[in-house]
Amino acid sequence: MNDFTLVRANLFRRKLRAMLMIVAIFIAFLIFGVLASFERAFSSGETTAAANRLVVNNKINFTQPLPLAYLGRVRGVEGVRLASHFSWFGGYYQEPRNFLIAFAVEPDSYLDIYRDDLRVTAEERARFLADQGSLLVGDVVAAKYGWKIGDRIPLSSNIWTNSSTGGRRWDFTIAGILRPGKPQSDTNLVVFHYDYLNETRGVARDSIGVVVLETVDAAVNETVAARIDSLFANSFAETETVTEAAFNKQFAAQFGNIALIVGLVVGAAFVTILMIVGNTMVMAIRERTREVAVLKTLGFPSPRIFRLVLGESLLLAFLGGIPGLLAAAAALAALRPLLAGFAPGLALAPPVALTGVGLMLLLGLATGALPALNALRLNIVTGLGRD
Amino acid sequence: MTAPDLIRLSGVAKRFTKAGQGITIFDHLDMGIGRGDFVAIMGPSGSGKTTLLNLLGGIDQPTGGEIWFDGARIDRLPEGRLADWRANNVGFIFQFYNLMPTLTALRNVELPLLLTPLGRAERRQRAEIALRIVGLSDRLGHYPREMSGGQQQRVAIARAIVSDPKMLLCDEPTGDLDRGTADEILRMLQLLNREMGKTIVMVTHDPEAARYAGRILHLDKGRFVENELAGARVS
Repeated sequence: MNDFTLVRANLFRRKLRAMLMIVAIFIAFLIFGVLASFERAFSSGETTAAANRLVVNNKINFTQPLPLAYLGRVRGVEGVRLASHFSWFGGYYQEPRNFLIAFAVEPDSYLDIYRDDLRVTAEERARFLADQGSLLVGDVVAAKYGWKIGDRIPLSSNIWTNSSTGGRRWDFTIAGILRPGKPQSDTNLVVFHYDYLNETRGVARDSIGVVVLETVDAAVNETVAARIDSLFANSFAETETVTEAAFNKQFAAQFGNIALIVGLVVGAAFVTILMIVGNTMVMAIRERTREVAVLKTLGFPSPRIFRLVLGESLLLAFLGGIPGLLAAAAALAALRPLLAGFAPGLALAPPVALTGVGLMLLLGLATGALPALNALRLNIVTGLGRD
Repeated sequence: MTAPDLIRLSGVAKRFTKAGQGITIFDHLDMGIGRGDFVAIMGPSGSGKTTLLNLLGGIDQPTGGEIWFDGARIDRLPEGRLADWRANNVGFIFQFYNLMPTLTALRNVELPLLLTPLGRAERRQRAEIALRIVGLSDRLGHYPREMSGGQQQRVAIARAIVSDPKMLLCDEPTGDLDRGTADEILRMLQLLNREMGKTIVMVTHDPEAARYAGRILHLDKGRFVENELAGARVS
């Protein structure tokens, strides 16, 4: 027997009560693990963004188009080293549920700008540039659908109509596989020639989604952004130039303010559980006033009793929290293939798990502090009912 | 020449305030208990018996006077050192046993040994010996709820003696037991006093129980009114 035996025996003195508290904490950490991982997956673009990349989008909203002519004018702005553009295709493979992140891009400049993030071999690049109907496929997508170079792939759009066929389908030949240039690079995408889309879509010809550019140095980002936006001020399509990180954040915000949702849901669950567990712990220790007094009579020092009570609430938090996080990891693993298009890299990342462990510690300390303090201060004579 | 007392109270006072009214339990109490004594303290309710036992056991402190144990003054020890002193010198036996309901008999007895540097195996061995002394070798794995009152009190006695304290303080140890079981418990205390040399102070209302002691002190309104050398009942 040791102090842990005492902690465990006291915690499970009323098994049903202990199990209900563990289940409550389990659910809280399951919710936390899943929501925080979603938030992380959605905001991963912020962390992969390059410091000196800016995105020029329509001031109304990034879903509103810009004229293709803007690209040339952006290239002329002082401080801009490279510029390209891309447009959202709204693509899917065979069925809408096989959603794809697909962009129509200016091939050469796009691959130059993303040279550190998206790697292709020289041969693949040459093949891609030479064929307007070709497609570069991220390795994540290729692995998911079992695609390989040379395959003919039909992709459909939920935005555009193909004026040459009257349908929504475009056919592509895979010219190469995009591989990640850095560990955090996101290759869950496909890219193809803008001209192929522009020449065959029925509407919005010569319009693009956004201009992406590389400045000569991150230090001049603000100046360059201001120059670009002033260039198009008072035009029919005013621009807003932001860093790539800010743009990615806006993009993720389409799905709602994930951080706010996580904060509110986890916060509400935590406050509720804090009150339930805290109140139950106070009652549980009050029920044991005489036993605490007996321990003190036997010679157990007050600080040791404080630690025993605190240990109980910490054990409770970890017995509920760790399985909760493990269940979250399992749920995320199950959801990952289904949501690869929306939330690439969905998994219980170490920082989320560590935050979870920190919250367990916090929960244990917060719920155990008051009863532990009461036990610490308990007068033996009062506790034994001998006054 | 007589041996020095194991515990000595000198001019001890205990006063407190309740509902704005000052209450005096003891004003100037003197007493001494020798090594190896078995003393019963009797008296009507409110006479101060339990308060005296609390003071002797270091779970309460006097408002005046001095308490000496084995040549060292204990009434002004800070809480932490007093806890150490209790763990090393005093075994407590209560009327309602006060065992931990979530622990088996063996673990209840082992509890005070968690305060010693003994290893797990030695702790267990000593707890088994203590339970053997009180005749409960066959109840090691039983929980308090699975035992009779007499058996629970024997577990409490085993817990009190397991760390080999010099003094046992018993507060109405047979108050919740039938006569037959009470006699068994009292004989056990008498044996511990005679064979193991434990100094025992027992508070009781029961004159029959008091007869097991070597000396009976009668307390009334905070004063000893009679000091009777009992013809101790021979087991």
